[in-house]
Amino acid sequence: MKTLRRIIALAIKELLAILKDKQSRFILIGPPIAQLMVFGYAATFDLNHIPVAIYNEDHSQPSRDLIAKITGSPHFELVDYIEHDEQITPLIDTKKTLIVLHLGSSFSSDLKRNQPTKVQAIIDGRNSNTALLTLGYLRTIITDFNLGWAKQNGLPGPPASLQIRPWFNENLVSRWFVVPGIVGLLSLVITTIVTGLSVAREREAGTFDQLLVTPLRPFEVLIGKSIPGILIGLTEGSFILLMAVYWFEIPLRGSIGALYLGMFLFLLSATGIGLMISSLAVTQQQGILGAFLFLVPSVILSGFATPIANMPEFIQHLTYINPLRYFLIILRGVFLEGDSYTLLVDQYWPMSIIAIVTLSIAGWLFRHRLS
Amino acid sequence: MNTFTKKRMRLMGMIRKESLQILRDPSSIAIAFVLPVILLLLFGYGVSLDAKGVRLATVVEQPDTNTTSLIGSFQQSEYFVPIVYNSIQEAEEALRSLKVDGIVWLRNDFSNRLLSRNNAPIGVYVNGVDANQARITEGYIQGVWQNWLLNYTHDQGQDLKIPVLLEPRIWFNAAVNSRYFLVPGLIAVIMTLIGAMLTSMVVAREWERGTMEALMVTPIHIREIVIGKLVPYFILGMGGMFLSVAMAVWLFDVPLRGSFWALTAASALFMMVALGMGLLISIVAKSQFVAGQVSIIVTFLPAFILSGFIFQISSMPDAIQFITHVIPARYFVAILQTLFLAGNIWPVILSNAAALLIMMFIFLGLVKRKARKQLD
Repeated sequence: MKTLRRIIALAIKELLAILKDKQSRFILIGPPIAQLMVFGYAATFDLNHIPVAIYNEDHSQPSRDLIAKITGSPHFELVDYIEHDEQITPLIDTKKTLIVLHLGSSFSSDLKRNQPTKVQAIIDGRNSNTALLTLGYLRTIITDFNLGWAKQNGLPGPPASLQIRPWFNENLVSRWFVVPGIVGLLSLVITTIVTGLSVAREREAGTFDQLLVTPLRPFEVLIGKSIPGILIGLTEGSFILLMAVYWFEIPLRGSIGALYLGMFLFLLSATGIGLMISSLAVTQQQGILGAFLFLVPSVILSGFATPIANMPEFIQHLTYINPLRYFLIILRGVFLEGDSYTLLVDQYWPMSIIAIVTLSIAGWLFRHRLS
Repeated sequence: MNTFTKKRMRLMGMIRKESLQILRDPSSIAIAFVLPVILLLLFGYGVSLDAKGVRLATVVEQPDTNTTSLIGSFQQSEYFVPIVYNSIQEAEEALRSLKVDGIVWLRNDFSNRLLSRNNAPIGVYVNGVDANQARITEGYIQGVWQNWLLNYTHDQGQDLKIPVLLEPRIWFNAAVNSRYFLVPGLIAVIMTLIGAMLTSMVVAREWERGTMEALMVTPIHIREIVIGKLVPYFILGMGGMFLSVAMAVWLFDVPLRGSFWALTAASALFMMVALGMGLLISIVAKSQFVAGQVSIIVTFLPAFILSGFIFQISSMPDAIQFITHVIPARYFVAILQTLFLAGNIWPVILSNAAALLIMMFIFLGLVKRKARKQLD
């Protein structure tokens, strides 16, 4: 009973220390909301308005039909018509256009003679992912054109064709993938900045030693220091979750309870890591450095933007100690795949282990600091 | 002594003081040299958008030579790891539990319809959660299908008459290796972090310890304090930058097609912007605590998401595109990707460098003004 009272008292003091200061209160509320809005819209791999320049040497009806199909698509935006080969290089080099589509002078005569005709697509490959996606959009339009042409002219279609159906994200909207990820991203950042400096700051001010000579036992200090990070993380995480569902309209198909269990374990492990960094640090500067050093790789090697499956094996193994990795799988699983507890067990237990290990180390470091 | 020598002496003294402080606490040196190496190693290898080893469930309801040759094409492709399933139900279960990333399903009438040229359907399911990877996987599947179709019709003694054939030419990166654009982008992200980390807490620390007031009562000018703080960190930051470029070229084999001197000049400009931003945070925030938090929030994620390093800026909504203009990394990413892959395209390099120059003046101007104000 006494223990509980002491822990609550410390937790309240910690929360007040964070929320009392106007500047730091603002940091916890303003930026995450702004970042959610900005990143939610910015972080998408879907391309629209890809600038395209047309180099049509044919000027026939079929060539104009094909071009109209391309420029009429929401993915492309016509920026220029060109007349000479020499115009291609400067347009691409200076990024005025991402793609030049070249229809040769024999385009329609080949088509009418039933001979395959070539359409050249010159694509700026500086961003190879964009180049590949652009090519994909273009292929879809041309396949469509081919089918229409074959039908119109009574030609046989291909003997076999693909019928592609994506699962879970039927229209392949990149935002459906990214926004649930942002829930994890921002709750990680908030928890880390709340906990990453909490011990270091008191150490520098000398108040931590005072805390240790009070009747509070180290594990009580540990719990008291963890509560604000988890509470603030849960509050902001829930807010972002609501925005994901109601503002960005991402379908939430699975169990909310399974999602919250994941969020709680995730925040617990992030808090553990934050407190561990904080109690390792001698100065606040080191605390911030440690927080940075933890955050940056956790985000980049989490599967948030680039898939873990594409990483070399060694780095894939490294991601097993990254709590964000598990939470992202839970978020996307619950949001899009409709997962529930049983399918997510393999994500829960590693985060629990990370939480137990880091929290124990943090608690131990309170008294046994390396000097 | 004339005023000029006095000024110079004061400045040199300030620079020496800052340098000594850096040397005494080696964490700054570690930030500048060790950090970029570790981060670039981890991310250069770890960050890739090239899907490979896509686990593909194959379901063939009635095996014969045609289905074998089609499935064989998937086996030969370097992008796929086919796994045989006996029924579509089992394969769907595997897709649902994420054991496979996609399914290729040939129904039992596949060969009959193929022989009668009756548009035999090849059922393809892909896990669409990661839409970008799904699209790339679809592209690979289409490539395999098209090749197989060409071979198949050729073996039948027919010509496959596809009316319009797309002939892609991907410039600057013919092998479409995503590392080529990700590594230069990573350099920009890492350098944003390092620039801000180096300076963001410097002044806040002096305010907190009261040593700033001590500096203020000396005859030293505010401009000299700012320069004195910038110079040593600038040298450190540029050291880290050269290390990163060397790693990009020699370790990750990213071609450097543009001028090395243009790269150096652009990097120096960017480093000044990054350090200026850090100093500004450090001056505006009253404590190290807040300075540290602010620098985490305003540097890392914006540079990661809004710089065009991975997400295409031109596809963002207009309002967001407008916001990206205040992210310094945006300009540096454009310069780096162009200098590395396309060469000295001056219109791109100069316009982005001009933007960086303006940002540098804004940040340093604000640093000067805010620093003076704080004195009151």
